[in-house]
Amino acid sequence: MAYKKRYDGRGFNDTRPIEATAGVIKNADGSAHFKIGKTEAYAAVYGPRSLHPRFMQDPKKGVLRCFYGMMPFSGAGDRVRPGPNRRSKELCLVIQKALMPVLDLSAYPNAVVDLFIDFPQTDAGTRCAAICAASIALADAGFPMRDMVTAVSLGKVEDKMVIDLDYQEEAHEDGDVADIPLAMVPSTGEITLLQADGFFTADDLKGGLADIQPVVEEIAEQMRAAVRARYEG
Amino acid sequence: MTESTVLVKDKTVVAPGQALANGMEFFPGPGTYREGDTIRANQIGMLTVDGKVLKTTPLAGRYTPKVDDVVIGRVEDILMSGWRIDFNCPYSAVLPLQDATTDFIKKGADLTEYFELDDFVACKITQVTSQNLIDVSMKGPGLRKLKGGQFLRVNSAKVPRLIGRKGSMVSMLKDATGCQIVVGQNGVVWLNGENEALAVTMVQRIENEAHIPGLTEKIKTTLEKETGKKIDMAAIQEEERKQFEERKSFERKSFERKRFDRKPRFNKPRQKAFKK
Amino acid sequence: MYAQKEHTLAQLQKGVRADGRKLDEFRKITIDADSVATAEGGARVTCGDTHVIAGVKMALGTPYPDTPDSGVLMVNVELLPMSNPEYEPGPPSIDSIETSRVIDRGIRESHAFDSKSLCVTAGEQVWIVNVDICPVNADGNLIDIGGLAAVAAIKSAKFPEVEDGKVNYKKLSKKPLKLEHVPIPITVVKIGDVLVVDPTYDEWSVADARLTATTIEDGRLCSLQKGGDVPLTIDEVNTIVDLAVKKGKELRKLL
Repeated sequence: MAYKKRYDGRGFNDTRPIEATAGVIKNADGSAHFKIGKTEAYAAVYGPRSLHPRFMQDPKKGVLRCFYGMMPFSGAGDRVRPGPNRRSKELCLVIQKALMPVLDLSAYPNAVVDLFIDFPQTDAGTRCAAICAASIALADAGFPMRDMVTAVSLGKVEDKMVIDLDYQEEAHEDGDVADIPLAMVPSTGEITLLQADGFFTADDLKGGLADIQPVVEEIAEQMRAAVRARYEG
Repeated sequence: MTESTVLVKDKTVVAPGQALANGMEFFPGPGTYREGDTIRANQIGMLTVDGKVLKTTPLAGRYTPKVDDVVIGRVEDILMSGWRIDFNCPYSAVLPLQDATTDFIKKGADLTEYFELDDFVACKITQVTSQNLIDVSMKGPGLRKLKGGQFLRVNSAKVPRLIGRKGSMVSMLKDATGCQIVVGQNGVVWLNGENEALAVTMVQRIENEAHIPGLTEKIKTTLEKETGKKIDMAAIQEEERKQFEERKSFERKSFERKRFDRKPRFNKPRQKAFKK
Repeated sequence: MYAQKEHTLAQLQKGVRADGRKLDEFRKITIDADSVATAEGGARVTCGDTHVIAGVKMALGTPYPDTPDSGVLMVNVELLPMSNPEYEPGPPSIDSIETSRVIDRGIRESHAFDSKSLCVTAGEQVWIVNVDICPVNADGNLIDIGGLAAVAAIKSAKFPEVEDGKVNYKKLSKKPLKLEHVPIPITVVKIGDVLVVDPTYDEWSVADARLTATTIEDGRLCSLQKGGDVPLTIDEVNTIVDLAVKKGKELRKLL
């Protein structure tokens, strides 16, 4: 069997339509709204602010704390119980690790930057949307960062490598499905997050990675435009 | 080597990671960095092409404390010999006794006589360490306790615009609305007076339109329309100049005082260097 | 920032609010109903800078033993730390629990649903209706705006299809969740001796007392909640209740 046409009709190398906006949460120091298809994320940055308890402080640089949460009605199936769970805690960790390589918090020793990401609705690809929203919010808050980390998922459905799987494709039943979320520094191509679920060959991955940078750069440019638009007045 | 080109126009907003120029002929200034052949922005900012140097002025970000900045803060704690001041910044500052008043204060005296919890003060930063331990002082013209009035928070990157060249913008606001206004470099603005509502809307407008050229003129027209009063810029500038002189003379005096203090009071024998 | 009580009060006594509104005036409200793709019903409501999203999730479950033929309604407010610098991550704060309970009580006591219509098999299977309310930006008055969003979300909700006793969330039936009444909570806060409607976060944080009154479309009251540290006089309660009826009518028109 071969996967000939995607469920929603887009090309194999197309992402779903993206909307990005900066500065949507007035109370926050920086914020973003990022929507890719039906997956929708809000990100808010508060800080730098003082960090307690004291043992968590780093006297050399500021600490970035991430919080990932799905609103109770954001899942396609049953209600999602609010509050942290094992999945969300792991996501917080990998999102933090994905963002730190570009972010310079050396001016804020002993302080903390809190990053909250919440989803009103989801349709797969939440960690990628979370990273994109977080990048916009951090840039909007004015932190020095050498680039905006951008994330998108690679995937394999049956025999085809595709970009940005949605829930329907993840649930595809005839044949193998693999979901490979990755985050990248668009200007250098450095990879800051890489995970995968499902079967694929080493050649699939190599082929997918070879073509991904232009896609990432294109998304990054949309994200940068969102931040610029906030300040262009 | 390819020819060097600037990719973005002067005075446009640039975002992190955006390529600004190609080639080795240009140099990265503040807010930019070089990555191989390309100069990129590393902060949201307004680009300035200064000859061969590319730099950006930040458009957002929390206030970072600097020596000599006048800031507005709130007394959040009373210490053994001073006060802890919170001033819209991740780090709180200490106001030591000797920098708060010239009065003689006995050991163990009640410090709330001078500053009580939740009092607001306009103070000046005297010291910032690498770990952002901060000292402030109340000694200087215009530094005082702020009673009544209301506080606004503005983006600290927009504060220079709000103050205006040599204080022209804020002086004009004070003159037209009759309000007392203190602008802290930390992005806190204190306003007090009858016509506060007008002053508040003006401050917010200046914050939102900070990037528009000719803003001072526009604000002047609006103020004249709202108050029905002519604004005499020359008189305001004269007033500003006087205050500036006053500040300068205070700084000169305190500098001389410091120099005097440094003189040895007793003829202590100099410590001999250790012999090898 | 640095909300100062004496100053706020002095201004309010002159009838001036920081944003130029009248004492009994709401901020501009927008309602975007049926706007959450993954929920059975949803609404996004903004009121000035306050922005909340409400979503309805429906599930099949067993009824409470004392009401075997009644469905179950649960309203929950999550004060997301994303929405306000004062909110912290962790288990629900007492504020979030109170807000949930006040909105929940307003809807429950108005008999907004015919709870029998949520019954599938008496004593065995009933619909459990979860209404969750999440602020995106919390700038005060979450009870009223949350309550409004909850009602708007319920109004737009449709039952999901049931196949072999299980819910198939991918298919929504055309059957709406029928509302018998439209409860609207209105909160009036007391600052000094002044009563204020639709407080911003700054006003909310200097308020001495508050009273939330929920009304239905015929002007009858169905729930009250007094909060804050300071008592209210009988006159004040009377004024607040009248205001709640009047403002409830205005807000109901927006739905």
